[in-house]
Amino acid sequence: MSERYKLNKELAQMLKGGVIMDVTTPEQAKIAEAAGACAVMALERIPADIRAAGGVSRMSDPKMIKGIQDAVSIPVMAKCRIGHFVEAQVLEAIEIDYIDESEVLSPADDIYHIDKTKFKVPFVCGAKDLGEALRRISEGASMIRTKGEPGTGDIVQAVRHMRMMNSEIAKITAMREDELFQEAKVLQVPYDLVVYVHENGKLPVVNFAAGGVATPADAALMMQLGAEGVFVGSGIFKSGNPEKRANAIVKAVTNYKDAGLIASLSEDLGEAMVGINEQEIQLLMAERGK
Amino acid sequence: MVIAVLAVQGAFAEHEQMLERLGVPYVELRKKEDLLQKYDGIILPGGESTVQGKLLKELDMFDTLKQQIENGIPVLATCAGLILLADKIENDEREYFKTLPVTVKRNAYGRQLGSFYTEQELTGIGVIPMTFIRAPYITDVGEGVEILAEENGHIVAVRGKNQLAMSFHPELDHDERIHKYFVDMISA
Repeated sequence: MSERYKLNKELAQMLKGGVIMDVTTPEQAKIAEAAGACAVMALERIPADIRAAGGVSRMSDPKMIKGIQDAVSIPVMAKCRIGHFVEAQVLEAIEIDYIDESEVLSPADDIYHIDKTKFKVPFVCGAKDLGEALRRISEGASMIRTKGEPGTGDIVQAVRHMRMMNSEIAKITAMREDELFQEAKVLQVPYDLVVYVHENGKLPVVNFAAGGVATPADAALMMQLGAEGVFVGSGIFKSGNPEKRANAIVKAVTNYKDAGLIASLSEDLGEAMVGINEQEIQLLMAERGK
Repeated sequence: MVIAVLAVQGAFAEHEQMLERLGVPYVELRKKEDLLQKYDGIILPGGESTVQGKLLKELDMFDTLKQQIENGIPVLATCAGLILLADKIENDEREYFKTLPVTVKRNAYGRQLGSFYTEQELTGIGVIPMTFIRAPYITDVGEGVEILAEENGHIVAVRGKNQLAMSFHPELDHDERIHKYFVDMISA
C-alpha cells in the first residue's frame, strides 16, 4: 500500500460518525458547516434536480467548487463522471479533498472506471454489493458508499445495498480458507481483498451510506445497519427547513441508537423532500458502473 | 483505570483499539449522561473540530467536560482534539475549551494533498511515526507548556500539565508508545 493511499484512507477515517452534505452554493456550504457537516459535496445540481432536468450531467464548474472551498474549513468533495479521468484530473488540479466517481452523473465510459491509483487525491465510489465495492477498491478507491438511489428520498435501495454487503461479508468471514479462491472468482475481485474481508469481517476502507437518506431516522437506520457515516444529498436542501433538518440528522448519526433522542430530533422538522418510490423511477442510477 | 473516549464524531474507534491492545478498559462519551460514568482520563480524538465542538455544546456536554479538564483530569488530544483544547485558533473565530495555553492554526498544511507521514523525535519517548491529516500545528505556546515535538520548525506536540496534545494521529500507526505515555500520566 502506498503512503499516499494510506493517508487517503485515513482522511475517510476522520469523517466517520459524520454527515457529508450535498451543496450547490457557498451559502449552502456555510449552512451545512454550521449545521455540523463533516464535509460537503460541491455540485451544481443536487440529484433530485438532475433527475428532474434529465439530459447529460457532468462535473461542476471549477469556479463554483472553488467558491465553496473558500467558504468552508471542512473537507470539500466533488463528483466526476464514471470513467472520466480528465474530469478527475481537473478536480485534482484544484486540490479537491475527495473525488466521488459517481453514478449520479452521466457515465463517460460504459466499460472502464478511472484508474484511481494514478491520482494523489482520494476517491470515494458507490457500490451496491461486495463485488462492486472490492472492484472499486482494487482500482484505488479509498472510501466506499452505498449507491442507494440518489435524488429519490427513498431509503429502500441504500438499505438493500448495505444489507447485501453485510451478508456477503458475513458469508466470506464464515468460509474455509480454501474456498476463498473460488469466491474471488465469483465476485470478480482480487484474491487478496477477499482474504482481507475473511480475516477482518469488514471492508478494507471506510463505508458510508448514501442515496435516499431524508430523515434523522433514515440516517440512524443506516448507522444501525453498519454504515460508518452518512451522505445526505437532496434530502436536506429539498426539504422545508434545511438548517433544522441538517442539524437533526447530524445528531441522529452521533446517537444512532438513542430512540428517545431521535424522536425529539424528528419533531417539527417541516416538510421532508417529496420523494419518488422506486417503482416510479425512470432512471436507475445505481445500475450505472458495475 | 478507565479511560473515556469522546465519541461524538471522528476516529474514536482507532483510539479504542489502541486501548484494547494495552488492556485498558474504556467508555464512550456520546451524550450528557455518559459524563456521569467514572473514568480517570479523557481522549479527544481526530475528526472535524467544527462538528465535535458543535455537538459538545448542543448535546450539553461542553461545560461538564471543560470543568473536568480544568480540575486536572489527564487528557490526550489528537488533531481536532488539540483544536478543542487550544486557547486560541489563529484562523478561526470559533472557541472551545480554551484550557491549553497555545495558539493553533487549523488546516495549517493545506488540503488533503498536504497530508503527510513522517517520523520524528518526541521528547521522553524517542522517534515515533507521525501521520498528519489536514492537520493543524501550534504557532505559539504560553506559560507552563512544554514543547515535545517539532516538525520542520513547526510545533506539533506539547504537554501543559494534565493535557497532552498533538497535531498528528498516534492512533493510526501501530505504535502504542504515545498511549502508553498517557496511561503512565494517569497512573502518576
